[in-house]
Amino acid sequence: MSEEISKDTLLDLHRRMVRIRRFEETAGKMMEDGKIPGALHLYVGEEAVASGIMAHLSNEDQITSTHRGHGHLIAKGGEFKPMFAELFGRATGYCKGKGGSMHISNMALGMLGANGIVGGGPPIAMGAAFSNKFRKTNNVACCFFGDGASNEGSFHEAANMAALYKLPAVFVCENNGYGEYTPQANHQAIVDVADRAPGYGMPGVIVDGMDVIAVYEAAGEAIARARAGEGPTLLECKTYRYYDHVGVRGMGLTYRTDEEVEEWKKKDPIDQFETRLNEQGILSTNDAQAVHDEVLAEIADAIKFAEESPYPEASAILEDVYA
Amino acid sequence: MAEAAQLEARKIPYVAAITEGVRTVMLEQPEAFVAGEDVAGAGGVYGYYNGILDEFGPERVFDTPISEEGIVGLGVGSAATGCRPIIDLMFMDFLGECMDEVANQLAKMRYMFGGAATLPVTMLTMAGAGMSLAAQHSQSLEAWICHLPGLKVVMPTTPYDAKGLIIAAARDNNPVIVVLNKMSLAISGEVPEESYEIALGKANIVRPGTNYTIVALGRMLHEAVKAADQLKELGIDAEVIDPRTLQPFDTQTVVESVKKTHRAMVVHEAVRFGGIGGEIAAQIQEEAFDYLDAPVARVGAPFSPVPFSPALEQHYIPNADRIVAEAKKQLGV
Repeated sequence: MSEEISKDTLLDLHRRMVRIRRFEETAGKMMEDGKIPGALHLYVGEEAVASGIMAHLSNEDQITSTHRGHGHLIAKGGEFKPMFAELFGRATGYCKGKGGSMHISNMALGMLGANGIVGGGPPIAMGAAFSNKFRKTNNVACCFFGDGASNEGSFHEAANMAALYKLPAVFVCENNGYGEYTPQANHQAIVDVADRAPGYGMPGVIVDGMDVIAVYEAAGEAIARARAGEGPTLLECKTYRYYDHVGVRGMGLTYRTDEEVEEWKKKDPIDQFETRLNEQGILSTNDAQAVHDEVLAEIADAIKFAEESPYPEASAILEDVYA
Repeated sequence: MAEAAQLEARKIPYVAAITEGVRTVMLEQPEAFVAGEDVAGAGGVYGYYNGILDEFGPERVFDTPISEEGIVGLGVGSAATGCRPIIDLMFMDFLGECMDEVANQLAKMRYMFGGAATLPVTMLTMAGAGMSLAAQHSQSLEAWICHLPGLKVVMPTTPYDAKGLIIAAARDNNPVIVVLNKMSLAISGEVPEESYEIALGKANIVRPGTNYTIVALGRMLHEAVKAADQLKELGIDAEVIDPRTLQPFDTQTVVESVKKTHRAMVVHEAVRFGGIGGEIAAQIQEEAFDYLDAPVARVGAPFSPVPFSPALEQHYIPNADRIVAEAKKQLGV
């Protein structure tokens, strides 16, 4: 399969995943150290999904994200400096310190925001997809949401309307098995969220969300279909978050077993992919390590930038309420 | 004859003025579209989109499913990416169906993004009691949305204001909710044929007066004007002010009036407790306390859902008699 994918793309997918992983691990540590205020919902374990989708998108294609949004922004091209600055609440952040982790965004990258409301994204993504069609662009809007959000009415309304109007949208369900702290079996009677797709009149596709190539290929089809004017797809990626719903603790949790976490970690998207690239002679262990080191150096730089950045002035409170 | 007709200003009903406002926006803004429940084929449940589909076609005017959260999301997502949507929320009561999209997305996106997003959304919605539509199709919920930083709220009462405020709302680069009133639909008034806008945030002194100020919202304006006639007989010369925009509120016009008249009342159709009248009264007292000869009076609906029976509904909605009675009580006359 991956023979068809260029070496550049493979390396690009790898780098996107590493960028997310290292950013999130560092952000988690900084939160534990008390340097980042508020709540962080970290994306560690789910990197293949954002990376595999975003590799098909340009800055003119839009995404809506979730409360677990750093990975989406990084994969969409987000830079570490304004990201860390935002998490630190600094004036140099992507949102001038007004959004924080849960609302991190960048309109220039087509990233229409992380969202503190579960199910907040789908109606907005549907609106952006409509806009693409109305303005006769060739762009696509991808909506990331979780298994938990699939139970929100907002998802239902957006999916129905996107299919009805044949909008260039892809609904990417990151099914990590938990709606916040509640296992999927306790929040919906189905196992596959994709089963709902035919009910909206769109195809539902299930893919291994720990396999970046599988995501990349399935996303390619769904996005091509959307660009061709054939309407939306519900792409369900089976994935897992290593950490807790909020914060970094991953083990010893009451609502899931450590064994389950260990099982999923065996399918780690980055380890798996690095092994594969190594076997194919595309990326040696040393070269892979070099990517990690480079990313870590960039992160260190970004943290320095964020720490040295000023906090917003109190007068900024009333700025940006209105245009 | 033709000349005489031209000299006489054209009068059209409120419902037709809404249509003209929407039509003007659609002509002026190629990025504008109209979406909502029954807005296209049916022309809207109250007919104020009549002819809009025929003139602008189905790409720009279309029916949506009965999905209010989806409709507002359509507005948010499309506005953030270059459109200037006109979305219709058939009844204001349906805010309950879409309040997350209104309160947490539409109102806040720009701020949360540090000013990077611009959301030129115009939302038309129908408020008010008087048609025996009972508790879920008759409310005046403007206080809900005036409490949300990021939104602008206008409440046109006359045909002239309806057209001008819709055009101004659509030209504004912020989300503006246009709260229409169903009992005003048939009321006629002068409306210029050309395009014009009424500045947002600017109140209108509908009737000048010297020793009493009535701030009347929405349809209560008509009742306040009637009440002012009755108050005249008591030696009260009431100045009647229509705020027209509730958010941002034109405090200055109201305060200047009160400094002149020394007595004030706020009237709205919404439930009195927690209504926007409390805010207006507070602002008057903050800005003009030393000028006041009496506490600021408030007239609003009683603290109950809107009743169905006409026998009850007529007592529920404030009217000119209630305004006069409250003024007498306030002034001890």
